[in-house]
Amino acid sequence: MNYLKLVILGLVTLFAAIATNWAHDLAYQVHALLVMLVAAGMFIWVLRRTDEPSKVEGPSAVYFDGVIRAGVIATAFWGIAGFLVGTFIAFQLAFPALNFEFLQGFGNFGRLRPLHTSAVIFAFGGNALIATSFYVVQRTSAVRLWGGNTAWFVFWGYQLFIVLAATGYLMGATQSKEYAEPEWYVDIWLTVVWLAYLAVYLGTIVKRREKHIYVANWFFLSFIITVAMLHLVNNLSIPVSIWGSKSVQVFSGVQDAMTQWWYGHNAVGFFLTAGFLGMMYYFVPKQAGRPVYSYKLSIIHFWALIFLYIWAGPHHLHYTALPDWASTLGMVFSIVLWMPSWGGMINGLMTLQGAWDKLRTDPIMRMFVLSLGFYGMSTFEGPMMSIRAVNSLSHYTDWTIGHVHSGALGWNGMITFGAIYFLTPKLWGRDKMYSMSAINWHFWLATLGIVLYASSMWVTGIMEGLMWREVDDQGFLVNSFADTVSAKFPMYVVRGLGGVMFLAGALVMCWNMWMTIRGAKPATVSLPSAKSNAVPAE
Amino acid sequence: MSERKIDDETGVETTGHSWDGIEELNNPLPRWWLWTLYACIVWAIGYTIAYPAWPMISGATQGMLGFSTRGQVAADIIEHEAKNEALVAELVAADLTTLPPSSDLHRYAVARGGSVFRAQCSQCHGSGAAGAVGYPNLLDNDWLWGGDIESISATITHGVRNETDLDARYSEMPAYGDIFAEEEIEAVVEFVASLSSTEFDTDLAQAGSELFLDNCAACHGDEGLGDQMLGAPNLADAIWLYGGDRDTLTETVSNARFGVMPAWGQRLSDVDVRAVSVYVHALGGGE
Repeated sequence: MNYLKLVILGLVTLFAAIATNWAHDLAYQVHALLVMLVAAGMFIWVLRRTDEPSKVEGPSAVYFDGVIRAGVIATAFWGIAGFLVGTFIAFQLAFPALNFEFLQGFGNFGRLRPLHTSAVIFAFGGNALIATSFYVVQRTSAVRLWGGNTAWFVFWGYQLFIVLAATGYLMGATQSKEYAEPEWYVDIWLTVVWLAYLAVYLGTIVKRREKHIYVANWFFLSFIITVAMLHLVNNLSIPVSIWGSKSVQVFSGVQDAMTQWWYGHNAVGFFLTAGFLGMMYYFVPKQAGRPVYSYKLSIIHFWALIFLYIWAGPHHLHYTALPDWASTLGMVFSIVLWMPSWGGMINGLMTLQGAWDKLRTDPIMRMFVLSLGFYGMSTFEGPMMSIRAVNSLSHYTDWTIGHVHSGALGWNGMITFGAIYFLTPKLWGRDKMYSMSAINWHFWLATLGIVLYASSMWVTGIMEGLMWREVDDQGFLVNSFADTVSAKFPMYVVRGLGGVMFLAGALVMCWNMWMTIRGAKPATVSLPSAKSNAVPAE
Repeated sequence: MSERKIDDETGVETTGHSWDGIEELNNPLPRWWLWTLYACIVWAIGYTIAYPAWPMISGATQGMLGFSTRGQVAADIIEHEAKNEALVAELVAADLTTLPPSSDLHRYAVARGGSVFRAQCSQCHGSGAAGAVGYPNLLDNDWLWGGDIESISATITHGVRNETDLDARYSEMPAYGDIFAEEEIEAVVEFVASLSSTEFDTDLAQAGSELFLDNCAACHGDEGLGDQMLGAPNLADAIWLYGGDRDTLTETVSNARFGVMPAWGQRLSDVDVRAVSVYVHALGGGE
């Protein structure tokens, strides 16, 4: 096995060295160099272990938690990076002078914006999903992760993907598809990592010791499978040269746009909704110590959600070259999606039946509840904005940005923070987090930050939409584009302050994590014994 | 653990499953949730009957209301055009030289002209009409072919030095690189520079002045003030179409320039040409 690894790593190192030499552009060259160094380092690392007496790979009677510990730390790290860039570009919009001359070509708004979106969605959100899904699937299947160190490959492979994507944006390697910016070779690498992720996840479910698959795992699995499909189809492209980063999409024109938004909307639907609902279905009942409200509701809303979400993409292309029929279908599917989305919120909130008093005493519970509240709000706002008439006002304005952030900061951010606070003490063998009052501070800083962010963007978005369409009695536009930009200035400052508060809250969390983990030993958790885990009745 | 049991807090039965201690209650679907879902589905079916929605083998269902987004835009445009019909008729018939500046008609002409300008003219003259190298600034009162409304209108209608309109503004400066020696060009350039600057070589400019009077003054005038009848630029006002530094002047004198503008009368409707003429005239430099 080690010899095979050595051959592969050696070939990768050699190929990357050749690629570094023949690279057509800077991004490709830097990436080839990076891959060469990583592969060479791995080669030496494997070589030193070859033919040595192998250490036992951890007892198989305990949960595989090392990769989850790494994932929790990576989530916090990328979260800070993503929020920091986001806050900075928010101020770049308010004060364009912050696009400093010395930053041109790598640190101006255009380069940093995809860095921010990918950092928060894929680096912060992705690491949170991988870590929590590995945790949840082991606990609810009562078995250790399948595939041994494959889980470590998934973790480190995913970090490499993040680094390649992020540095590529800064050096201008992008295929200009929103949320799918990385170029072809990074896409291929992500495909490899993602299939390994699917294998580990599915393998664990297959060997589970519970008769039924818990609802959280349905959501996680649908997220992993659908994201694989979306990623493959939307990134179908042909490299201009194997020695360069540029590639050409196989779709063109409106087909390309439709494929992109089929992908883009389901990145929201399956990455940020289904995946995080998987998280919700484990951590909320756990933290509340209560049974899930309704098994029936979880079945119905799961299947309705995954069936409907996949059709909703065309609502991103109202009033474009997209045919009207497709735009109508995108809109009606979005509206039917309203209740299936709310099913998750109801099931989460109603799980607190009999435990509502915890809201007073438990700031982590408060985070989960607030997160469900924002989930409900943005899954109502979304269908509303998909209505053609509403969209004609909201589209291309800051309203969209506000909508996305009430979902991303409120729902995804808060539930991830809650999960981190849940996991950190358990993974490092502590009773609880170092400071409960710091969690409380984090809760209020983040909440106020979100409120400032979302409300300022609603105001500018609607104002901007109204200004764009304002015509005088003779039918001529009243405002120039620059008029709308200057009118938005005060709200841009408010938005930036909201970002500062959200970032500050996350920094408090990192301090709290540091204090909790410092000096602690990684916890080893045994699998439940086979006896106490009898096959359920039915 | 695997038995169905009654939850103490709510009195609801569980499903009997348990994962890592998580159980599930056997609550029914909330009624309001279910009925709202049904209502959305019914509405969706109705909406897709009313509007274009379902893809068929060739084309898609068009919906019973005959709605289309393109139709919506067309209806908007027709509505405004109908409202402005009287103003359009008035503008076509109006004598532009006597258009009262604060009238509704003037406001309409400027607004409509502005739209035409942003769509058709801004590519060369800039969205603010401040021009660029080789493309005249339309905000100042320095005019190549005249700045009164009739001259502006004629320039826009027929264009400049194009091959499509026989009435296009036309003038052509010789390329003096073929006629003068290098030192002569240098001298003429120094003289031209001296017309609008205080920093020049007096002797060289003196030498250039004679060459200028013999060769250039016929069009540009003895004092270099230009002639709008001939489209000869004023060389004494420190406003330069291509640039007033020595290198650019040398290039201009040696090779001449030949800026072209399309004949918009052949591309735009009469009312649009009139509107954009009024707009350009109203930008600030109109005479």
